[in-house]
Amino acid sequence: MSVTLALAAAILFSVGTWLILQRALTRVIIGIALLSHGANILMMASHRRGRPPIIGSGDPSEFSDPLPQAFALTAIVISFGVTVFLLSLAYRSWVLTHDDEVQDDLEDRLIGRQGVLDKEIADEQAAIAEEELEQQ
Amino acid sequence: MNALLTLPIVLPILGAAASILAGRVKYAQRAISITVLGVMVVLSAVLLVRIDDQGTTAVQAGGWAAPMGITLVADRFSAVMLFVACVMLLAVLLYAIGQPGAERHHVGFQSVYLVLAAGVAASFLTGDLFNLFVAFEMMLTASYVLMTLGGRAEQVRSGMTYVVISLIASALFMTTVALVYSATGTVNLADLSGRMAELPEGVRTAFSVLLLVVFGIKAALFPLFFWLPDAYPTAPSPVTAVFAGLLTKVGVYAIVRTQTLLFPPDSRSGTLILVVAGLTMVVGVLGAIAQDDVKRILSFNIVSHIGFMMMGLGLFTTAGLAATVFYTVHHIVAKTSMFLTGGLIEHVGGSGRLSRLGGMVRTAPVVAVLYMVPALSLAGLPPLSGFVGKLALVDAGVASGSYPIVAAAMAVSLLTLYSMMKIWNGVFWSPAEEAPEGVVHRVGRLGGPALMVVPTALLVLAGVAMGVLGAPLWELSERAAADLLDPNGYVEAVLRP
Repeated sequence: MSVTLALAAAILFSVGTWLILQRALTRVIIGIALLSHGANILMMASHRRGRPPIIGSGDPSEFSDPLPQAFALTAIVISFGVTVFLLSLAYRSWVLTHDDEVQDDLEDRLIGRQGVLDKEIADEQAAIAEEELEQQ
Repeated sequence: MNALLTLPIVLPILGAAASILAGRVKYAQRAISITVLGVMVVLSAVLLVRIDDQGTTAVQAGGWAAPMGITLVADRFSAVMLFVACVMLLAVLLYAIGQPGAERHHVGFQSVYLVLAAGVAASFLTGDLFNLFVAFEMMLTASYVLMTLGGRAEQVRSGMTYVVISLIASALFMTTVALVYSATGTVNLADLSGRMAELPEGVRTAFSVLLLVVFGIKAALFPLFFWLPDAYPTAPSPVTAVFAGLLTKVGVYAIVRTQTLLFPPDSRSGTLILVVAGLTMVVGVLGAIAQDDVKRILSFNIVSHIGFMMMGLGLFTTAGLAATVFYTVHHIVAKTSMFLTGGLIEHVGGSGRLSRLGGMVRTAPVVAVLYMVPALSLAGLPPLSGFVGKLALVDAGVASGSYPIVAAAMAVSLLTLYSMMKIWNGVFWSPAEEAPEGVVHRVGRLGGPALMVVPTALLVLAGVAMGVLGAPLWELSERAAADLLDPNGYVEAVLRP
């Protein structure tokens, strides 16, 4: 594996990870694309290098290994299709909310507020009881 | 034999293509899907019987010999998973046709559903790490579309999370395939089984953990489960039922397959899997107790039960793996029928929230029964299938002396019963506190359209039968577990036919 390819994969992975952690959907999508590029480069770097593997063009022992190239090609096609789907999803999100940010999970917020609400109610009741005591 | 292994993948893809061509005629689309899935049920049943009789069988696509060509393999575990998956897919399809909603309003539903079926079948039958990646992608891409069908705001929001987390898992899977290939020079699972033993121990452990993380995201293991309870409840209920029943279980299948086949006994990460299993059980069920929505409670329960399946694997004994196989099959049937009942509850009550539902034991007694039976089965009450599965797991745990995980499993079963009773109280027993926000359908004595109730009832009955008449399935699970623990049969079938 050459150092250049390893370095390129490492940079793509790190930038991709950073972008995925952003709140804006467009950045997340670009992050996903970079992450899959990183994986593909790693795939390309994982094989024996050599001449183009075309039958009859020379000695097969000098050929590069065609299998990882086929793998990477398949993965590129898949990630291409899925990126298009993600873009359309982001567009739908923009049409619905006029916002490019990842929306919060409302249900999660409700569950999270349950405890707080209980405490608020308890505080309120304590305050009312105190007032009543003072009135007496 | 060739046809039996290839048709479950080829048929649904052809069916999906035909379904697109028949896009304008709803009845033709339905006829195609029902025929294809019906034939798949028959084929997978025949396959299961023959595999159980003859042992592991492999087919080399195009006649290319094993490490080079595309290998399809069926052993007892994959055959039984395939059969159960096909039955679930058919039952849920009938339910979806009966339900007013997703299937009726979207031209693409039937074809995408068939692609999902092809992806699930391919994941079970492939004998090759890279094709497992492709099968996963096929299944997941179909699931992205089904999950966001309708394009409502909350679907887009939770769908986005689901797609992004799945894509990260896929990138990680691709990376793992690249690393495995550069270390061993092969991606054929049977071939890898031998080559993996030649690698240094550290590298093997790294691969084992990498594969566990990749499939752990799909199977919703702790701490990688957070996307599931958010994503599943927003999809249309038949879609959620299929996802709950099948998608996470495909992840479990991949974990079991890779951990048992690829790694020799001395480098299996049993303790790690047991710790993860225990945490998955506990965190999942605690999440379920906190929720106030039928589908969300059930979704957290999926997470919790994945922990039980991992427990049997973590023990790495024949009894433990047999329990895992049995429990997985039980859970597919029980969970799918629970989510279908969840759909019926929404259909009748017009809401999924416990505070907005109530008194349904009077208004829809049939639905109440359909809920109660699989609920008690999930909690593990005899004589239902959940009891058999849990008894087997606990028995295997005690036999290996892993008492902490056994204690966790017992406690979690009790809490599962609590979360199930929470739904029972909120939906069926106590009166509603608020008015439902959705449409309340008028229902007759059945509690819903016959096409929705009958498939649900049949699945519930199948679940009961698996408990009461569970002996043949348990014996099959034991034979499957013996195959899993001794990979030689698998390797022989693929490399030296």
